[in-house]
Amino acid sequence: MLVKKRFDILIFIAFIFLAFLPIPAISVSAQQPTPSPSDDEVNAIASQLFCPVCQNTPLDVCPTQACRQWRDLIREMLAEGKTSAEIKQYFVTYYGASVLSEPPLSGINWLIYIVPPVTFLTGAFLLFMAFRTWKKPASRPASVPNPLNSHGVESGPGAQAEDPYISLLEDELKKRK
Amino acid sequence: MLAQFGFGVFVLTFLLSLFSLIAAGLGYFYGSDRWVDAARRSMLLTFPIITLGTLSLIILLVTGHYELEYVYSVTSNDMPLYLKIIALWGGQAGSLVLWSWLMSAFASAVTLRNWERDRELLPWVIVVISFTQSFFLALTIFFENPFNRWWQTSGGDFVLRMFAPGGAVAVFPPDGQGLNPVLRNPGMILHPPMLYLGYVAFVIPFAFAIAALVTGRSDDRWIRLTRRWTLVAWLFLSLGLVLGMWWSYHVLGWGGFWNWDPIEVAPLMPWLTGTAFLHSVMIQEKKGMFKQWNMLLIILTYSLVIFGTFLARTGVLSSIHAFSQSSIGPVFFVFIGLTLIISIALLTYRWNDLKAEVEMSSWLSREALFLLNNLLFMSVLIVCFWGVIFPLISELVTGQKITVGPPWYQRTNGPLFGALMALMGIAPLSAWGRSTFTTLGRLLWKPSIPTVLALAAMVAFGVRNWIALVGFTLVAFVIFVTMFEICHEVRSRKKGRGENLFLAFWRLLGSNRRRYGGYIIHISMVVMAVGILGVELYQTTTQKTLATGDDLQISGYTLRYDSLTHIPNADGSSLTSAVVSVFRGGRLLGELHPQFATYPSGETATVVGIYSTLADDVYVVLIDWENASPAQAPFKVIHNPLINWLWIGSLMFIIGILIAAGPEPEKEDLRSMR
Repeated sequence: MLVKKRFDILIFIAFIFLAFLPIPAISVSAQQPTPSPSDDEVNAIASQLFCPVCQNTPLDVCPTQACRQWRDLIREMLAEGKTSAEIKQYFVTYYGASVLSEPPLSGINWLIYIVPPVTFLTGAFLLFMAFRTWKKPASRPASVPNPLNSHGVESGPGAQAEDPYISLLEDELKKRK
Repeated sequence: MLAQFGFGVFVLTFLLSLFSLIAAGLGYFYGSDRWVDAARRSMLLTFPIITLGTLSLIILLVTGHYELEYVYSVTSNDMPLYLKIIALWGGQAGSLVLWSWLMSAFASAVTLRNWERDRELLPWVIVVISFTQSFFLALTIFFENPFNRWWQTSGGDFVLRMFAPGGAVAVFPPDGQGLNPVLRNPGMILHPPMLYLGYVAFVIPFAFAIAALVTGRSDDRWIRLTRRWTLVAWLFLSLGLVLGMWWSYHVLGWGGFWNWDPIEVAPLMPWLTGTAFLHSVMIQEKKGMFKQWNMLLIILTYSLVIFGTFLARTGVLSSIHAFSQSSIGPVFFVFIGLTLIISIALLTYRWNDLKAEVEMSSWLSREALFLLNNLLFMSVLIVCFWGVIFPLISELVTGQKITVGPPWYQRTNGPLFGALMALMGIAPLSAWGRSTFTTLGRLLWKPSIPTVLALAAMVAFGVRNWIALVGFTLVAFVIFVTMFEICHEVRSRKKGRGENLFLAFWRLLGSNRRRYGGYIIHISMVVMAVGILGVELYQTTTQKTLATGDDLQISGYTLRYDSLTHIPNADGSSLTSAVVSVFRGGRLLGELHPQFATYPSGETATVVGIYSTLADDVYVVLIDWENASPAQAPFKVIHNPLINWLWIGSLMFIIGILIAAGPEPEKEDLRSMR
C-alpha cells in the first residue's frame, strides 16, 4: 500500500515536471513548395520568432525595415519549400538562440524549466511538513455560526481581536505600560 | 535661471531628507522628542519645497527651454500644452523626479496623521522614508539631473553640464526632439504616475514594519495602522498595471495586451507579494500567527518595488553590458542589496520575539487556505523573477543571449493561476479555525450545480479545448459561489430585519466592507479571466493587401477597404488614414479608421481601428504604410473574442478595492465616541 502511495507521488511529481516542459513543435517533413506564400503563412512562422535586433518584439509585429526584410526572407524560404523547423533553424544559426521565444533545452537553459517546478514542490513540501507539526486537535469547539453569518467568518476566537472596543481597550492599556 | 533654481530646490530637498534621517535617528537613540519633532517637520517640509522644483521643471518643459537636454529630448514646438506637461515623466530623469515628488507627498501625508498613540514608531518610520527619499533625490542630483544643459566647448565639442565649463558657450537649439509618439496616448499619460503612486505607497507599510522591528513591537499594530495605505498602494499599482495593458492593446498594434515583457513583469512582482501580504495579514489579525512571514512579505514587496524601478530605469534588461554602462545601474543595485540585507538582518534579530504558537486544526480552515494562497502567489513570483533574470544569468555565464517569451510564462503560470481561481471559490466559504469536507461540502453543493450545468452547456455548444473548459468552469464556480453567498446573506438580513432586497444588499455591503469588497475583487478577477482566456485561446489573425472595394473575412465578419487619405502637417508630421467598413451577415456595422502617423524625427505610431462588442473586438491595423495607397493597402486584422470583459473586470476590480478601503462602520462609531 505504501509502495503504491509512493508510486502515485512519483507519478504526480513527474506530471508536474512534464507540464512545465516545452512541447516540441511537430515539424512537417515533406513540404511542397508554395509558389506565393500568403501573409498569414509567413506570420505563422514569424510569430514564433523574435526580432533579432529589437527588444522582446515578435517578428510578425515588428515594424522596422529590417524585420520587413526578414519576413520577406521567410516568404522566399517558404516558396522554396523549406519547412517551419528549417526556417527557424536558419534564424537560430545566423542570429543566435535569442530569436526563439523559449530557450532550447541545452546547457544551463535546463534551469529555466527546472527551477519553477522544483521551487513550487519544495514550497509545497515545506508547507506540508510544517502543517503536520502545527496541526493539533482543536482545543476549542468550532466557531458557532451566528444568524447573520452562517459560516462563522466573523465569529470564533479571532473575532475577539476584531472587536473595536476590546482592541481600543488593549491599546489604551499598552500605552499606560 | 529657473533651471538653477529648480536644481537648488532639489539639493535643498535632499538636504532636508538627510536632516530628517539623521534627526530621527538621534531622536530615537537619545530619546529626544525634540529631535524627532524636528525630523517630522523637516519631512513635512520636503513636499512643498520639492513641488517648487517639480514645477520649475514643468515650466521649463512648457516654455521650450531646449538648452536643457531633458527638455530637448522629450518636448518639441509642435506638442500641445498637456503633452509638454506630461513629458515630465516621458524620460529617465523626469521619471525619477516624479518618483521623488510622489514619495514626498506620501511622506508628508504620513507625518500629518495623529501620532499620539504610536509615538515610538515615528522615528523609524521617518528614517526609512527619508532614506528612500534621499536615495532617489541623490539619483536626480548626482546622476540623472534633468536640469543639465548643452554647452559648446572652445574645442567645438558639445557637453552636458549643470554649470558652464571653462570657456564654453551655451547652446540654444530652436526645437526639441519631441515625446516618443507611442507615449502620446491617454493610457501612457496615466500609467507611470499610477504605477509610481503604487510603488511609493508601498514604502509606507514597509516603513511601519521596519519601525515595529526596530522598536521590538511584536503586536499587529503596524498592520492595522497601514491597512489602508496598503490598499491604496495596491489600488494604484493595479491601476498602473491595467492602464499599461490598455495602452499596449490600443497603441502597439500587436493585438494583445500583455506580452510577458520583463518591463511588464517588473511591476507585477510587487503586486504579487502585495496581494499575498493583503491575504496573509488577516491570519495575523485574527489568530496572531505568522508574524515573521508578514514581515518578510512586506520587505520583499519593498525590495521588488525598488527592483521594478531598477529594471525599468537602468537598461539592465537590454543586456548586461548596457547595465554596466548605465550610470545609475550599480548604485541601484547597491541600494537594493543594502536595504534587503539590513531588513532581513533586523527580521532575524527579532525572529524569536515574533514567534507565536501556531495552531492549525484543519487543512481546510481559512488560515490554511490563505497559506496555500501565499504558496501560489509566491510560486508565480518565482516564475516571474526567474523569467526576468534568467536571460541575464545566461548572458553572464555563456555570453549568449536568450529570450524567455510568452509561451514559457503561460505554460508555467497557467496551472498556478488556475489553482488560485479554484481557491477564490473555496476559501471564502471556509471558517477560521476549523472547516471540514462536510461543512465545506454543505456550502459548496448548491453553487456546484449551476457550475456543472455551465460546463455541460459549454460541452454541448462544442467547446473542446480543455484549458477553456477548465478555465471557464472555474470562472463559473467563483461567480456562483460568491453569488450564492451574497444572496444567502441578503435573504437572512431581509428575514431578520425586514429590510427590502435592495436595502438589505446595500447595508450588507456596508456592514463588512473588507469582506464584500474582497468578494467583488474576486468576481472581477474571474471576469478579467474571461477576457484573458478568450484572447489567449481563441484569437484569430489574418493579414492581406486589399485593393479598393476588396474585402476579407474573419470569424464571421467581412471587412471592406474603402479609401485612404494622406494628410501632411505643417510641422513635418503626417497622418495616413484608411476607411474600412465592417459587415456581419451582409449588414453594415460601422466604419473603422486605422491610421498611421509619422513624425519628423522618423518615429512612427499606429492608431488601431477597433469595432467593439461585449462578445469580441475586430482589431484592424494599417501595416506597412509605405506601401499603402488609395488603390491598395495592407491590413492586419485580429479577432479578439471576449476581450472587453478584461476591461469590465478591471473597472469592477477598482470598485472592489474602493469598497474594501472604505471606512468600516464600527470604527466610525468608535471614532465619534472618542
